[in-house]
Amino acid sequence: MNIIVCIKQVPDAKDVRLDPKTNTLSREGVQSIMNPYDQHAVEEAVRIRESLGGEVTVLTMGPPQAEAVLRQAISCGADHGVLVSDRAFAGADTWATSYTLARAIATLGSFELVLCGKQAIDGDTAQVGPGLAMRLDMPFVTCIQKVREASETGMVVERMMDDGYDVIKVTYPVLLTVVKDLNEPRVPSLKGTMKAKKAVIKTLTAADIKAESALIGLSGSPTKVVKVFPPEPRGERCMLTGTVDEQVEQLVVKLRPYLP
Amino acid sequence: MDYFLSEEQQMIVDIARQITDEKIVPLRAELDEKHQFPREILNDIARADLFGVPIPEEFGGFGGGCFDIVLALEQFGRGCIGVGTAFAASSLGIYPILISGSDEQKKEYLPDVATGKRFAAFGLTEANAGSDASGIQTTAVLDGDEWVLNGTKQWITNGGEAQIYTVVAMTDRSKGARGASMFIVEEGDPGFTCGHKEKKMGIRASSTTELIFKDCRIPSDRIIGRRGTGFITVMKTLDSSRPGIAALAVGLAQGALDEAASYAKQRVQFGKPIVAFQAVQHMLADMAIGIEAARSLVYGAAKHIDAHKGDMSKVSSMCKVFATDVAMKVTTDAVQVMGGYGYMCEYPVEKMMRDAKILQIYEGTNQIQRNVVGQELNKEYARLK
Repeated sequence: MNIIVCIKQVPDAKDVRLDPKTNTLSREGVQSIMNPYDQHAVEEAVRIRESLGGEVTVLTMGPPQAEAVLRQAISCGADHGVLVSDRAFAGADTWATSYTLARAIATLGSFELVLCGKQAIDGDTAQVGPGLAMRLDMPFVTCIQKVREASETGMVVERMMDDGYDVIKVTYPVLLTVVKDLNEPRVPSLKGTMKAKKAVIKTLTAADIKAESALIGLSGSPTKVVKVFPPEPRGERCMLTGTVDEQVEQLVVKLRPYLP
Repeated sequence: MDYFLSEEQQMIVDIARQITDEKIVPLRAELDEKHQFPREILNDIARADLFGVPIPEEFGGFGGGCFDIVLALEQFGRGCIGVGTAFAASSLGIYPILISGSDEQKKEYLPDVATGKRFAAFGLTEANAGSDASGIQTTAVLDGDEWVLNGTKQWITNGGEAQIYTVVAMTDRSKGARGASMFIVEEGDPGFTCGHKEKKMGIRASSTTELIFKDCRIPSDRIIGRRGTGFITVMKTLDSSRPGIAALAVGLAQGALDEAASYAKQRVQFGKPIVAFQAVQHMLADMAIGIEAARSLVYGAAKHIDAHKGDMSKVSSMCKVFATDVAMKVTTDAVQVMGGYGYMCEYPVEKMMRDAKILQIYEGTNQIQRNVVGQELNKEYARLK
């Protein structure tokens, strides 16, 4: 069972500011971390590998310093790290990123499962996971909150919904994006940290993955950021329980204050 | 202060710090309130390979020394010395096997302790044998190819939670301390049970119970070392483990200073943060000075022990006394700096102050440690004449 986990180095949300002129994130002097959702994806991959065998490869696209998150993943149990890095990739939006990752994955040999964090905390788009699945021509399920079963032939997973969860059976190959409820990521181990220190990180350039230059980096990115704003908070939700009559009664009580 | 740690030592510090900040600190108040054993946290520590730090590589460990374990314990101590004590007691429990055990015993027990699959505990203290270890009344009698143990140990850390117990019993009472031997008892051995769990002033996350032996029968090869060498093994074990207690003390004191100093920066009285008042500044300064002095002594002692295995009693006792006295003083002063808030359970320093007291008592009271230092001085100066 070979697993690929796509991870991203992001600025630590604790000290991120927006540049008021360009509407982009000001990253100067900000500490970089592994995207928190991706930490859960790495943890789940390592757990599946521990029970089914195989190898976990972590993959990131980014500048050379993004190697740090690959080493961090190896210290937490991943087997190999692959850095997709080239000046030509700079400025990629989710469209170009999913293309680039798909090209890189095509060079990595056989695998059954791709795991991604639901979204990265810097862009918050949640588009790269599903986009990558389309590029790889494989099914995907987003927002996995629990893996009920994982075997050589397939998985039973829970997809988080607004009002509960779906239970979904999948077969390989499949791409899953995960949320934080999935697991509690482990602390790096001493042996893992030593291994991470020595690990040879494979680097893939645009030429290595035979990427078309019109489809990568800024030139391959149709997205333009027009405006950045904090979204309105969602209203509070509550579930009514009991018999239909009881629920109706509760509903009436709740609605009454709003009646003229 | 920069102590010029090696790359590996820095890794131990970083991992232990992350476990402390992410796993121990968020849970410590609840563990304290419920007297709850931190099994999950210990599993996290095991997954991070830290139980293997003092165990030789050939038995699945990291092959680290006293200094390496001290670095990990200092971090855990900063979070909660109850958790730190549970961790340290497992090392304490296997030191006798490391020091005097046979190759077969090492192969049987060390790999499981290194991976955290089994926990260990050390059983010395009895109702009438505390500081005076020669007062031990538990006996072991050889019957065919089995030892038969009878007696009761008290205040045994990790009691009821450990699977491996190294215990001291008299094999020949007429010889006093030279009649003591050490044995390995396993959870589930016939005639062995753990008594009730004690309620304590502090370190409530750690489990403290009696060990009760009623015609407890164990195979004859469970004796550690030769018959009559138990007391020597005990002394060597405690000499090796005391710097760990001193490290818990340094960590605890650092944790208390961190709380007190950040509180003093925020708390405004008479129109100023109280850290601006010299009375408070001087208290914080004295706390910091004491902690750094203790840390330097503990690190120095640990390195000395790693280099000179045969000559460790004095430095081991010195660092234990100094660091634990500092921890008691610093935690008390942290409560004082924080005033009424410090006394309230919502803030962590009252627990730190309660926890600190045990450090001056267990693994040999600080009075006994001073005896050790004094006796060693007496020997040294006798040689000079």
